[in-house]
Amino acid sequence: MREGAGLTRVSAITLLAFLASACNRHQSALSPFGEEAAQIRTTTIVMVIGAIVVAAAVAGLMIWAMRAREGRIGLVGGERLILLAGGAVPAIVLIALLAYSLPTMRARPVAAGDLKVMVTGEQFWWRVRYEPNGAPPLTSANEIRVPVGRNVLFRLQGGDVIHSFWIPGLAGKTDMIPGRETLLAVRATRPGIFRGQCTEFCGLSHALMAFDVVAMPPAAFDAWLIRQRQAATPGTMPGRALFARYGCGGCHAVAGTDQNGSIGPDLSHMGSRRTIAAGVLAPDAANIRQFIRHPERTKPGVRMPAFAHMPDADARAIAQYLQALR
Amino acid sequence: MSLHDQDDPALRHAQEERLRAAWKRPEGWRRWKDTNNNQVGVWYTLTAFAFMLFAGVLALIMRTQLAVPDNDLIGASTYNQLFTLHGTAMMFLFAVPMFEAVSIILLPQLLGARDLPFPRLSAFGYWSFLIGGVFVLGSIFFDAAPDGGWFMYPPLTTRTDLSGLGADIWMLGLSFIEVSSVAAAVELIVGVLMCRPPGMRLNLMPLYAWYILVVAVMILFAFPPLIAGDVLFEMERLLGWPFFDASRGGDPLLWQHLFWIFGHPEVYVIFLPSIALFAMLIPTFARRHLLGYPYIVLAAVGTAFLSFGLWVHHMFATGLPKISLAFFSAASQAVVIPTGVQIFAFIATLAAGRVVFSTPLLYATGSLAIFVIGGLTGVMVAVVPFDWQAHDTYFVVAHLHYVLLGGTLMPLFAGLYYYWPLVTGKTLSDRLGRTAFWMLFAGANLTFFPMHLSGLMGMPRRVFTYPVELGLAGLNMASTIGAFLFGLGVLVIVIDLALSPTRPKQRRNPWDAGTLEWLALPEDEDWGIRSVPLIETRYPIWDQPNFVKKVDEGRFFLPDAEEGRRETISTSVLDARPVSVLRLPGPSWIPMLTAIAVGGVFILTTYHLYWAALASGVVALGLVLHWLWSTAEIPEKPCKPIGHGLELPLYVRGPQAPGWWAMFITMLADATAFAGLVFGYYFFWTVHSDFPPAGAGPDATWPMVALALAGLSWTATVAAREFNRRASVAIARMLLWLGAAMSLAAMGAGLAGPYLSQLDPVANSYGAMVWTLTIWTVVHGGIGVIGQLYALARSIAGRATPTHDADIRNVTLYQHFLLFTAVVTWSTLGLFPGLT
Repeated sequence: MREGAGLTRVSAITLLAFLASACNRHQSALSPFGEEAAQIRTTTIVMVIGAIVVAAAVAGLMIWAMRAREGRIGLVGGERLILLAGGAVPAIVLIALLAYSLPTMRARPVAAGDLKVMVTGEQFWWRVRYEPNGAPPLTSANEIRVPVGRNVLFRLQGGDVIHSFWIPGLAGKTDMIPGRETLLAVRATRPGIFRGQCTEFCGLSHALMAFDVVAMPPAAFDAWLIRQRQAATPGTMPGRALFARYGCGGCHAVAGTDQNGSIGPDLSHMGSRRTIAAGVLAPDAANIRQFIRHPERTKPGVRMPAFAHMPDADARAIAQYLQALR
Repeated sequence: MSLHDQDDPALRHAQEERLRAAWKRPEGWRRWKDTNNNQVGVWYTLTAFAFMLFAGVLALIMRTQLAVPDNDLIGASTYNQLFTLHGTAMMFLFAVPMFEAVSIILLPQLLGARDLPFPRLSAFGYWSFLIGGVFVLGSIFFDAAPDGGWFMYPPLTTRTDLSGLGADIWMLGLSFIEVSSVAAAVELIVGVLMCRPPGMRLNLMPLYAWYILVVAVMILFAFPPLIAGDVLFEMERLLGWPFFDASRGGDPLLWQHLFWIFGHPEVYVIFLPSIALFAMLIPTFARRHLLGYPYIVLAAVGTAFLSFGLWVHHMFATGLPKISLAFFSAASQAVVIPTGVQIFAFIATLAAGRVVFSTPLLYATGSLAIFVIGGLTGVMVAVVPFDWQAHDTYFVVAHLHYVLLGGTLMPLFAGLYYYWPLVTGKTLSDRLGRTAFWMLFAGANLTFFPMHLSGLMGMPRRVFTYPVELGLAGLNMASTIGAFLFGLGVLVIVIDLALSPTRPKQRRNPWDAGTLEWLALPEDEDWGIRSVPLIETRYPIWDQPNFVKKVDEGRFFLPDAEEGRRETISTSVLDARPVSVLRLPGPSWIPMLTAIAVGGVFILTTYHLYWAALASGVVALGLVLHWLWSTAEIPEKPCKPIGHGLELPLYVRGPQAPGWWAMFITMLADATAFAGLVFGYYFFWTVHSDFPPAGAGPDATWPMVALALAGLSWTATVAAREFNRRASVAIARMLLWLGAAMSLAAMGAGLAGPYLSQLDPVANSYGAMVWTLTIWTVVHGGIGVIGQLYALARSIAGRATPTHDADIRNVTLYQHFLLFTAVVTWSTLGLFPGLT
């Protein structure tokens, strides 16, 4: 067993090095920015320590058993060991663990006045609808903003197939199931830019279905929500007419214009989003152009048809227009 | 014991010649008609091993794709096929079949039997497995492999606009394999219960046999809900009946329930046999009896029970009520206790004994170490809030691979090194074995330990790539390097196996084990065991004086094959008193042909060739009837002596006959599948307030008529059995005619209900569910008619008589289950809508 212990130690050290060098702070259950995720991280730490203690104890017992001289324990002693170590001790530990963990399952109580955000999973993007108390709902897509320090209730739905809504820094995941509505109540604790991702396999581009999460101070959030209600005014741009001419409005909506499709993501403020294609590409003009002409190259299985023959100038103009929708 | 006859070497030699002749294996191209367990078991094992290597290569391709972020080595489409096929193959084409394969080899030897009670059923299971496995795995070469994950969640997989042929290949190909798995389970249960040697009471049974019994019973109850799910799934895909389509009253969660009611016991189905291997090899290398035998048996049974109450822990994130999550969380953690008891029984045994360190023991202890880590992370994911984070991330990938490597694969390698001499008469190389072990052990940890972290740091499962910004490149590279190291370890084992033919034979029982299977001779002898021993202890080779010599000199039971027939002894279930001599069939093409015909039904349906599938089904039915026709033969004499003054009957019927038990057990599985469908009906009732919709479908009339007719058919069959027993053969035959006619009328009345009320199965889930239950019951009625006519034909052909009435007893047993099905179906369809 000594050789094995050596190998384990080497891999453990390697792992610690990886852990130290890992720089992911924006999509990690280990760096929470919400109360739910913080509580789960505490539970995790407690359980990891417990698991290390148990693993060491079992390994120690096993090494002892292999080396013990014959008859080190007899029939009675052996059966006592089996019942104690195999039965009684785990039973006590598990009852303690249940007592510790079951209360943490309780959902955060939300009041009628709390902000509700309806999110619908679609292949392979996110339909988002803010439903603030006492104000009309606001449609958006592929990016979620939450106010820090206030309760938010996510109403989650599966549009076409099952998806799962996971913002690891904020809370655990909740499935989005066609025909059902699932709920997830959260409260962000610090502002910042984070990331969430679909975690139920949903088809070809399941890996490419993500979104940014922006946690904002409450006042900033309120101001942002008001700004979002106003249509973007990019002025007269050639892209606007091209957008209509290519029939983009059949699927996409741009507030303040007569483009009001609802099959694909709402683009009213696309220029202010941090990513395009649901958390996959930076929103620069080249990426937008590329995505319009060959969406399937970025996202296999995407519903959007390719506009492969669109002249480059047109694509450029549409991209400029979309970037200006701030 | 005074067995002076057996003192005569000439007599012993003549007996051996007769046994050898009776058990002679077919040669040349005819070898594929062999049904003997030691042949079929080896084919089965090698095939499952080959499928495992294939699935392992798929994993290496995936790890190569994931080695670096934003990799475009293989696209999303290929990747999704790979991970679907990897999981599917490892579960359905490796882990479960491997258990059955190894058990087919070992069980007769563990039980001192010459073969299992239904050798042709084992062969049928093997050929089905081979055909189904090649069909499912081969699809990857045509870019048509299933790509919806091994869990196949609808609606992604049932919507034909979102998924292709792969979904049908998965559903139908694996349904076929599931059927063969259930067949093997029937074989193993009857084998353990009825083919033990005289004196081997249940509490003297080797633990491996206990585990086989427990696991086979689990398969019996776990697979049918999935088969029911498969039925609904294909009805939706092929006919558009909405079970999972929420827009027409279906619910995607119904599939998840049915799948995980299967899927969680499945985990223990593949884990317990490995514990069983430990239970055999640890006493050998501790040089003492295993401590805590009764606790281990109780723990195994307890695990089996608990495993059926855990399935919702795969659904913690689906938004089910918190109270049920709490219940399933507690139940999931409770399974640690029986597992702990089993592990500590091994530790206690090692502490109490004199440990002889060996390669198999190295694998056993190493895999326990890995398994313990997987068990501890299992406790973590049983904690609901933690699971909300870990679920469907690489943390769970790490957890399940620790469990499956430590609890299935590495123990199988331990078993491979331990039992190789039993099968081939040769030992494997200690040097290569230990080299491979350390590569596997290091590889497994290097692959899977980092995944705990990558999962919690945001890496979801089933992604073909991940962005560099997630900072997971290092962890993933470590996993990839580990995976290749593990692959090299497996390669070393394969090389070791490949070198085996060049090595010399070893002595018999090279590990000096104490259990019965080590009576096997290094030289090939197909008779299984020279004479069937009287068992008085759990470790007869260690504890019964002159045991090996007595077996070899034929001083126990059935040392001869006077009539040149293949025979073994059947004993009573609890205390193993000799009951009868079973005559076993010899080599036959029928199992292979039946497997081809049954496979044809599933494979042709995949390609929508319904008429060809129907034709294949008719051929399969003909073959099955032909097969059955040769069973329950009336022997040339009622009894035969088996030595020691014992005489046993050659014909048994009812509960004394393995065939009756096989029917009973098969029907338990069938009833479980039926329960899965009925669960679907009541599940919709609990989730939809308008289920059943007012005024839709049949009222009580036709279902009640169908029920009454089914009752009459049952009565006629039971009466036929009784009249036949009292030698009123003519009346019995008439009653069988009547029963068949009543059954046909019941089928018509059953169909009349939904048909006359013009219930549309496509419009909503109620119509779909009513039609499904109706068709299920009508089809079973049809099989009942075939059974009744079969019993009639046997009587007319003189193959069944008042004293030899096994057929009609089995048919009556079937009718009991059919009546149960009819009662549940017709009262649900006819009366339940009126109650709501």
